[in-house]
Amino acid sequence: MALDLPLIWGFILAVGVFMYVLLDGFDLGIGMLTFVARSDEERNMMTATIEPVWDGNETWLIIGGGGLFAAFPTAYAIIMPAFYLPVLIMLAALIFRGVAFEFRHKAVRPTTQKFWNGAFFGGSAIAALSQGLMLGGMIQGITVEGGAFAGGAFDWLTPFSVLVGISVIIGYLMLGACWLVLKTEGELFQRARKWARTALAGVAICFLAVSLATLAIDPSVGERWGFSMTHIDFARLLPLSPVPLAGMFFCAWLWRDLSMPTGQGDAPDWRPYLLAVGIFLSGYIGLGLSLYPYIVPFEFTIWEAAARENSLSFLLVGAAIMLPIILLYTAYVYSLFWGKVKPGDGYHA
Amino acid sequence: MEFDALLLSRIQFAFVIAFHIMFPAFTIGLAAFLAVCEGLWLKTGNEVFKRLYLHWVKIFALAFAMGVVTGVAMSYQFGTNWSVFSELTGSIMGPLLGYEVLTAFFLEATFLGVMLFGWNKVGRKLHFVATCAVAVGTTISAFWILSANSWMQTPDGYAVDPVTGAFYATDWMKVVFTPSFPTRLVHMLLAAYITTAAVVMAAGAWQVINGRITTPTRWQMRMAAGTLTLLMPLQIIAGHQSGEVAHQYQPAKIAAAEGWCESAPVQGTMLIAWPSDTECGHTGITIPGTSPYLFANAPKGEDLKGLDAFAPEDTPPLWLVFYGFRIMVGAGLVMLGIGVWGCFLWWRGGLDKKGLFHWLAVPSGALGFVAVITGWIVAEVGRQPYTVYGALRTVDSVSPVSTAQVATSLLVFMVTYAIIFTAGTVYMARIATRGFDDDPMGKPTRERRAPGSPLGAVDDPAETGEDIVAAD
Repeated sequence: MALDLPLIWGFILAVGVFMYVLLDGFDLGIGMLTFVARSDEERNMMTATIEPVWDGNETWLIIGGGGLFAAFPTAYAIIMPAFYLPVLIMLAALIFRGVAFEFRHKAVRPTTQKFWNGAFFGGSAIAALSQGLMLGGMIQGITVEGGAFAGGAFDWLTPFSVLVGISVIIGYLMLGACWLVLKTEGELFQRARKWARTALAGVAICFLAVSLATLAIDPSVGERWGFSMTHIDFARLLPLSPVPLAGMFFCAWLWRDLSMPTGQGDAPDWRPYLLAVGIFLSGYIGLGLSLYPYIVPFEFTIWEAAARENSLSFLLVGAAIMLPIILLYTAYVYSLFWGKVKPGDGYHA
Repeated sequence: MEFDALLLSRIQFAFVIAFHIMFPAFTIGLAAFLAVCEGLWLKTGNEVFKRLYLHWVKIFALAFAMGVVTGVAMSYQFGTNWSVFSELTGSIMGPLLGYEVLTAFFLEATFLGVMLFGWNKVGRKLHFVATCAVAVGTTISAFWILSANSWMQTPDGYAVDPVTGAFYATDWMKVVFTPSFPTRLVHMLLAAYITTAAVVMAAGAWQVINGRITTPTRWQMRMAAGTLTLLMPLQIIAGHQSGEVAHQYQPAKIAAAEGWCESAPVQGTMLIAWPSDTECGHTGITIPGTSPYLFANAPKGEDLKGLDAFAPEDTPPLWLVFYGFRIMVGAGLVMLGIGVWGCFLWWRGGLDKKGLFHWLAVPSGALGFVAVITGWIVAEVGRQPYTVYGALRTVDSVSPVSTAQVATSLLVFMVTYAIIFTAGTVYMARIATRGFDDDPMGKPTRERRAPGSPLGAVDDPAETGEDIVAAD
């Protein structure tokens, strides 16, 4: 039996991007939350929850870019020029934020400390926004002529992409706050629960808005879910309905966990983060169902954009061996830093 | 010369990659140095090596962070600015870079967390394993990126689809191990170790100049002097081998680097030169008749090609390659001199007595970076006017993006990098020059550790007291 290599690579890429979202999502979220930190001490507690792992988290972004390059070069060659400016903005933001992890601790004067704290917050927020803008730009489609990008420099900037950008920011805030619930205690822990609840309300509204807008964006998406202006095709909708229903269920469960007075319920501190991941996962699968099998929405399918067969199989050997190993040692390092952070954790220099 | 999207994209790529390569070059060497220090500490129990480790690991953390963020920016350049190149070579370049991510990036990024924050979470041996994982990761990374770049220099094991014009592999072993790859990989790894040794020497020399001489200072200078003396001769051999391979496969690059204007059976070596108005560009001091010795493997009875043997549209820009080559060699020779002089002083017991050597060793700390950047200029500018040598022209590789967009991105990168480079250099230099301890005998006099910090729990807190206090 011949393997459907483009399909396998489409799946690996989808998993890689999702890993990025759920891992770098929480540390970008915490980056944004440092803005409301009450003191340097609190800010340091917040960054200490992510310092040992952010570097590995961000590497999943290179799986996204690198995997697209390797497995779907045609899609890569269209998507990257189409998002030239948001990619640039994201990279600049990630550069400032990445070095700020270290530089915050090295700055001596209060003004430079403020600068790097600002770079950490601002870089995190702008990176999240630009990722959302690109996602929105992807969903709404890219202008392609003769197999190459043929649109304008600001095609990605529409009300829809701004909506998705804001949604991603709020989604990352929720992931970040839930990560703090898992990793902190005391006053910060209590505040993180409040932040997570507020963000959750925003996420529920945003996911609803983005879902409805996505249905309207291309006839093929509405058709997939059985929606048209005049009627609903339940034969199509019902088999897919568990996905959005699961998302709503996770939202409700997370709301309940976060509303319960601490110390009285049975909600363990790791559950909010897991439920937040569940919410993201249902949204992500829903998006996948809407766009499949396009990798450049409504222009190129995964088979049309794929690299040569022998390239896909050559790299698949490496991925099949290395990805399990990567997941294993990533899990090991996470388990090593498991548990609540204590004041003073995180200063390594 | 018109500043269109093509030229600006080339300038941007050159800027972004030249800036980036400094950090991998430094961190590959520093990771190896740290692994050696930690290994020596575990083996000998000598506290000096632990102090060296805890000192340099802080500089490593800064350099690594800068390498990571500039590397992420680097990796997206292929798509944003060179999308046609990406689409046509994706089936070859993609898997090579994909293997780099899978085998190297995750390894180094993940275990860096253990290396920096796991000191009191894991045992000594496991921590050493984490350090080694990071060092091995940086080396594997060099393997794949040099493999990909060498395929662009001396492409092999491929065919071109007649319909789409896309490259695809016919033999993966040949794609990974192209003719220029082995020598170039060795050349780059040695460059990384030498660059780091020059920095370590410069930091030690600065401490001596300022009278902050401690046992770790002495040891780091000895280790650096030994490394330079040992590796620089090997590097000259590796560089020469690399040049011979280039002469075989990329004769125009060597003609430009050597400044050979006309084809001749025997060519000379131009030592120094100054630009002239003639077509070929330079007049200077030449040692005649060196080519039979330097290019002994060249086919006998044939002319050594000068630039006149190539159509003007097939030759690289002359002066960048020519002067880049001379600056690289000059920097290497100065570092060799520093190494040998350092070893001589070590032998005579004068390594920690302030003198001319130390004043020269301090600025020489930058020479490794100078050599790395100019060396890559020779390699990359020398490959022009092609992206895939002889097969795909640079002009046919660029993205369909507007000049205004590229001008914007170039400006953003320049401003961003200027800020983080200035800050990063200041912070690293602050740690490097601060030294180890106030007591000239190298004995700890007081305890200064941040309560609760991971390194605060180190078994001998006084030994590391200085190291864990944030830069002041």
